[in-house]
Amino acid sequence: MSKNIPLWEVFIRPRNGLAHKHCGSLHAADEVMALQAARDTYTRRGEGQSIWVVPSAAISASDPDQAAENFDPSIDKVYRHPTFYEIPDEVGHM
Amino acid sequence: MYSQGLIGSDSSTDETVEFLAAFQARIDAEEKIEPNDAMPEGYRRTLIRQIGQHAHSEIIGMQPEGNWITRAPSLRRKAALLAKVQDEGGHGLYLYSAAETLGVSREDLTDQLLDGRAKYSSIFNYPTLSWADIGTVGWLVDGAAIMNQIPLCRCSFGPYARAMIRVCKEESFHQRQGYEILLTLCKGSAAQKEMAQESLNRWWWPVLMMFGPSDGESVHSDQNTKWGIKRFSNDALRQKFIDATIPQAKVLGIEVPDPDLKWDDSLNDGRGGYVHGPIDWDEFWRVVKGHGAMNRDRIRNYKKTVDDGAWVREAAMAHAEKRAARKLAMAAE
Repeated sequence: MSKNIPLWEVFIRPRNGLAHKHCGSLHAADEVMALQAARDTYTRRGEGQSIWVVPSAAISASDPDQAAENFDPSIDKVYRHPTFYEIPDEVGHM
Repeated sequence: MYSQGLIGSDSSTDETVEFLAAFQARIDAEEKIEPNDAMPEGYRRTLIRQIGQHAHSEIIGMQPEGNWITRAPSLRRKAALLAKVQDEGGHGLYLYSAAETLGVSREDLTDQLLDGRAKYSSIFNYPTLSWADIGTVGWLVDGAAIMNQIPLCRCSFGPYARAMIRVCKEESFHQRQGYEILLTLCKGSAAQKEMAQESLNRWWWPVLMMFGPSDGESVHSDQNTKWGIKRFSNDALRQKFIDATIPQAKVLGIEVPDPDLKWDDSLNDGRGGYVHGPIDWDEFWRVVKGHGAMNRDRIRNYKKTVDDGAWVREAAMAHAEKRAARKLAMAAE
């Protein structure tokens, strides 16, 4: 029985101080090979100082069909933004 | 909301001179330190303590304001206050996560808070007695927190600095909503304005204490400055805060309760600034050591929350196990 080679999501940190950012995915048999492949695939031009690989199957994503019910409720909560509050000009920046 | 000058941390290290020098060189070059990098044990310990203390402050800080959610005077105020308290909970989570990258568990941090080994900002041991206090807390407590947190966005430890950037972004509405509450009270009836003044009278000195002891008395400042954890001295931040706040109080038309407060042209390298009267550090240490008005209530309430929520966490784990077992059984069929 042939087994599919698992898919991995690759996250690269361009330099210390920045967060790891998703940059793509690749297939590899285990995490050691995934890291090597990620290094070869995604950091050939000095793009990274650090790599994370995560099994794609381990990622749970929100359902795009539910985007409206997930994210629309935040749109009408304008009081979460600083500009909702009236501060006289003479107070200056706050 | 806030991290205080460190209380009782031990930043001693016993690594080799070469190792410490190489680490210091990275800090001096403004390089960020990330979780997997080699770091002195003292640096790790100091950060765990500071970030933990900061996280605890966010979580405990939900109580004084949560106290007024059901009594907010309008739907507008209630929605804003709910959103703010919700933000504070989120800030606690960002910070706990940053501390966890250093190898400490969330459960450990919570235990340290509950058994008194870890501290939180002294300011949250004062009671919120009137609606005006919600305005004052937003304006002054969050104002002081912002003053302290902006330099932390450039802290040498990457995860802490990134958490701070996010926190500062969200924090900006907190101060404005507080100021707006006070502005409304100050433009209202004489009794409402008096309520605002009375609130300022109670909070002013405790807020100045938030920046921590004077530089001469703060034991850990030097090492933390060298390590790029601290960028400005406690006194320098306190001065910045007072200079920014007094003009805002003038617009409100209320006065800070400091008879010695006066403008001095020679401060801030000749740009001028406010000289303030003596701060009662005995009160500060009393409150830090557990004898403020609200210390016992804050911990008792939080312990109750943790205990009351235990069954929810247990049920969630049991449910997840059941679902995983079902998935496994289906795969076997």
